[in-house]
Amino acid sequence: MGTAGSLGESLVIEQLNKTYRVSTGDVPALQEINLTIGEREFVSIVGSSGCGKSTLLRIIAGLENGYAGTVKLGDRRIAGPGLDRGMVFQEHRLIPWLTVEQNVAFGLNGRAPGENERLVREHLELVGLSSFAKAHPHQLSGGMAQRVAIARALVNQPKLLLLDEPFGALDALTKIQMQQEILRIWEAERTTMVLVTHDIDEAIYLGDRVVIMSSRPGTVKKIMAVDLTRPRDRSSYEFIQIRKGIYAEFFAEAEKPFAYAI
Amino acid sequence: MARETNPRLQKIKHLLQYVSLSIVILAVWQTLYHLGYIKPIILPPPSKIALTFWELLNSGAMAKHVGISVLRVLEGFGIAAVLGLSLGIAIGLSRTFDRLTDLIIQVIKPIPPIAWIPLAILWFGIGEKSKVYIIFLGAFFPIIINTIDGIRQTDHKFVEVARILEVPRFKFVRQVVIPGAFPAIMTGIRVGLMVAWMCVVAAELIAAGSGIGYLIMDARQLSQSDVVLVGMITIGIIGKLMDSLIKRLEKRLIGWKVSYVGD
Repeated sequence: MGTAGSLGESLVIEQLNKTYRVSTGDVPALQEINLTIGEREFVSIVGSSGCGKSTLLRIIAGLENGYAGTVKLGDRRIAGPGLDRGMVFQEHRLIPWLTVEQNVAFGLNGRAPGENERLVREHLELVGLSSFAKAHPHQLSGGMAQRVAIARALVNQPKLLLLDEPFGALDALTKIQMQQEILRIWEAERTTMVLVTHDIDEAIYLGDRVVIMSSRPGTVKKIMAVDLTRPRDRSSYEFIQIRKGIYAEFFAEAEKPFAYAI
Repeated sequence: MARETNPRLQKIKHLLQYVSLSIVILAVWQTLYHLGYIKPIILPPPSKIALTFWELLNSGAMAKHVGISVLRVLEGFGIAAVLGLSLGIAIGLSRTFDRLTDLIIQVIKPIPPIAWIPLAILWFGIGEKSKVYIIFLGAFFPIIINTIDGIRQTDHKFVEVARILEVPRFKFVRQVVIPGAFPAIMTGIRVGLMVAWMCVVAAELIAAGSGIGYLIMDARQLSQSDVVLVGMITIGIIGKLMDSLIKRLEKRLIGWKVSYVGD
């Protein structure tokens, strides 16, 4: 629970700053981010669009180079992508001309062929799509395609799974199904998960903790622990209280921008 | 439903739409001839052209000319496809190779194949080689340019996925880059074959004794405008057939691509 997990493979972010260079000068994207995510923890990050939450995730993934500060997974400083981290994007990003199983196997490199097959089979089973192994992405629904993307991200058995608004493009019902699905996978695989979302309900439903970010520059405004047992009831009193608390953070901020704008 | 949904009727309707404009043009043309508005020596009527076509077909001359032209085109196009694809892939994948070759490609590309005829004769003589060379030049550039473009259009999103999964470069090129470039490559192949076929007349300007281009140039000297038109229309029809064939092939090979076909 919380940060109390073993520090062996925890994600440690200290004094992280990231600026983007544009023609008019440097624009700060992330400012003084400090965050520790314990092994097997599920952390949600919420913020309005443009708050840098995706940038933060991309830094952890190793897709953004050039930041100041420390980002470490275990004792390794993150300087590029690595198989210890998997990522699921908002769009499924499946390769359209490869079958489902080929898409999952896309991430498997340098293993024995027999092991490849086993891992692909196991991970398709994990997301419940074994019978679609030979299908092509265009034959799948949005939710199914996103499950394949999850299987592909997990096939190398990463320590940390990064989820960048993975259910943002799905319809409301599929979204709820996928949220239950990702919890089941999290419990089965015991992977640390970091979810970026702009859906406050989703953040509370899934996360052990919810990190609230503010915009321009992106900073960690508040971290809220969600001490509710799973499966969580979205209409329970405690759930709604937490939601109210998070809404308050955003509304309080929404009234100020005019003062900042000058 | 107020709209007719009988698939058979729909098919017939579409076929009629497909040929109607051509039939109208032919009919107007024929009528203008009968009314005395067009001199047959300037523009022979469709009936005369059909008759000449029939005669050339029966005498076996047409098959001979078409056969030799198609052979030349396939030779020139084949060489262009092999070189265009391999060089295009190499240039598409390597920035350095691109910088090394870009200027020369961009400068040679706009030179029309017909301008190469004098040099082609000097280099390859007046035999088959020079004709194949002219056709090769026509087909080469559309193929190489489209191949390079196709490879450059690799979706950046897939590049990120491959980076995260540490996919080796060779596997990435084989499974993502080349299949992704395939639609563009097929376009290059199609345009290349079309241009190769259009170059056949230019190629057969070089001391040819047979071929569809020769047929046209020979008839020109004898003022046989009907034979000229038969030659032109034959080129058009064969070109259309080649294009349809490749389109079919393309559809089969790229089943995953769902493209817009128009209202």
